Amino acid sequence: MSWFKPAPVRRCASVQQESPRAGGGFLPAAPHTHITVRGLYKTFAGAPLYENLNLDLPKGKIVSIFGPNGCGKSTLMNMIAGLIPLDRGEILFDGKTLKETVIGYVFQNYREALFPWLRAVDNIAYPLRRMGLGASEVKARVDELIASFEIRFDLQRYPYELSGGQQQTVCIMRALAARPEVLFLDEPFSALDYEMTLFIREKLQDIYMKSGVTMVIVSHDLEDAVFLADKVLLLTRRPTRVAEFMSFDLARPRTPASMSDPLFVSTKASALEVFQREVKASPLSSA
Amino acid sequence: MCSQERYVPKKFEFGQLLPFIGPIALFVFWYVAVSAGWVNKVLMPSPVDTIHHLFDALANGDMMGDIDTTFMRTMIAFGIAAAIGVPLGIALGSSEPAYRSVEFLIDFFRSTPSSALIPLFLLIFGITDANKIAIASFAAVLVILFNSAYGVMHARKTRILAARVMGANSWQIFRDVLLLESLSQTFVGLRNGISITLVIVIVAEMFIGSESGLGHRIIDAQQILNVKDMYASILVTGALGYALNLVFMLIEKRFIHWSGK
Repeated sequence: MSWFKPAPVRRCASVQQESPRAGGGFLPAAPHTHITVRGLYKTFAGAPLYENLNLDLPKGKIVSIFGPNGCGKSTLMNMIAGLIPLDRGEILFDGKTLKETVIGYVFQNYREALFPWLRAVDNIAYPLRRMGLGASEVKARVDELIASFEIRFDLQRYPYELSGGQQQTVCIMRALAARPEVLFLDEPFSALDYEMTLFIREKLQDIYMKSGVTMVIVSHDLEDAVFLADKVLLLTRRPTRVAEFMSFDLARPRTPASMSDPLFVSTKASALEVFQREVKASPLSSA
Repeated sequence: MCSQERYVPKKFEFGQLLPFIGPIALFVFWYVAVSAGWVNKVLMPSPVDTIHHLFDALANGDMMGDIDTTFMRTMIAFGIAAAIGVPLGIALGSSEPAYRSVEFLIDFFRSTPSSALIPLFLLIFGITDANKIAIASFAAVLVILFNSAYGVMHARKTRILAARVMGANSWQIFRDVLLLESLSQTFVGLRNGISITLVIVIVAEMFIGSESGLGHRIIDAQQILNVKDMYASILVTGALGYALNLVFMLIEKRFIHWSGK
C-alpha cells in the first residue's frame, strides 16, 4: 500500500534525513487519504510558521481551511499546490509527488489570474493545449465543461468584458479543464458580491457532486468555509498547528436554506468557538 | 474590435466640438495678435497667410521632399531603435540581476539630453546621414529598452503562477505570459521612442550640416527671414509628430486590446 511506504524526504542540503521510524518522521495515513503532509517546516520572515506539521486530507471530499489572520492558511495550501517552496517536509498525493499529479488552482484575484489577451474560451483551453491535446480533443473537453456548467454567457468574449462572477466561473472551468485530481481554491469568493458568491458556491457543489474531485478551499469567511465543506480544518495562531479537524456531514445538495439547518448552525458555532479560543490564545502560550 | 458595440448614428452633441475649441482659440488669438499689431509682422505672419503658404508649398511639391526626408530618417532611426530596444529590453527584464547590473547606465544615458552628444557623434560619424540616424536611434533605444524591461519585470505574479500550475515550463511562461504582459508597456516605450526620434532628427537636421529635411528647412527659412515658410514648416513638423503618435495609439488599441483593462 503506497501510503505505508516511507517516501524520500524533500529537504535542504543541511538537514539530515530522519529515519522513517524515528519520532514524527513516519505516520501512516488514515484510510481514504488523498493528500499526506509529513514533517512540514516553514519559516516566514525569520519566525517559524509551521513546525513538523502532519496532515491527512481525505480523498473525494471538500476541505475548508480556516484560521486566525496571519496563521498561514493560504501559505499551507500554496505549499501543497507547489506555488511556495517548503523548508522541509514531504507532501504526497495518493503516494505520488506533485509532479506526477494533475492539480487545478483557482486564484482569489480572477482579474490577475486570467489571460486578458485570450478569449474566455481560450483561457479555458489553455491547460489542455499545454498538455499537448489536439484541436478536436480540446474542443470536446471545452464543450463538455460548457455543458456541465450550463454557461449562458458568451465565452468568445475577453475576460475584461465579463462580470466578476463570470470571470471567476471561467477561472474554475480553466482549473477543471485538465481533469485535476485536486482542485485548490484560494478565497474564491472574497472578490465577489453575495449574489455571485451564492452562484459560484452552487456551481462548485454541482461540480463536486458530479465529479467527486477532491477540493481544498481557503476561506476567511466562516460561513463560506463551513457551507461547502465535508471537513473544516481549523488552524491556530503561529507557529501554526491544527486546532481541530471538524466534520460537517450535512446531506448534499446544500442550498441557501441549509444555512438555517441546525447541523450547519451548530457546526458553525463550534467552529467559531474554536476560532475565538485560538485568536485569544497568546502566541507565546502555544509555543 | 472585440466588444459587442455596434455603430449607432448618434445625435449631434455639443461635447463632440470640445476638442476643436483650443485650436480655434489659438488661431483666433494669433490672428488678432498679428492684425492688431501686437507683434512685429516681419517676425510673425498672420495664420491665414501661413496656412495659405503651407497649402501652396504642399501643392507645388516644394515641401514634400523635406517631409519625405525627415519621415524616412525618423522611421529608419526608430526601426533600428525598436529592433534593438525591444528584444534587449525583454531579455534584460526576464533576468532581474542582468537588468540591475546595467540599470545605472540606462538611467544615466536616458537622463542625458541626446543633443548634448551631437558633438561626440560628429566625431564618430562625421557630417553624414548616418550620424543623424545614429543619434536619433541612440536617444530612442534607451527609452524603448527601459519600458520593455519594466513591462516584463512588472508582469503580474498571479498570472505567472497560474501558467505554472497549468503545467507551463519556463519557456512557455515567457512566451505565453511575460511577452504578452510586457506589450502594453512596450508600446508606451515605442510611442515615447518615436517622439524622441523625431525631436532628435529635427535637431540634427538643424545643426549637423544638412541639405534636406524639415529641420534644415526651418533653420534655412529663419536665416533668410522667410517667416511664412518657417511657420508652415513648424506646423508640418508638429503635424508629423502628432500623426506618428496617433498611429501608435491606434495600433495599440487594435492589437493590445486589453491594455488598461
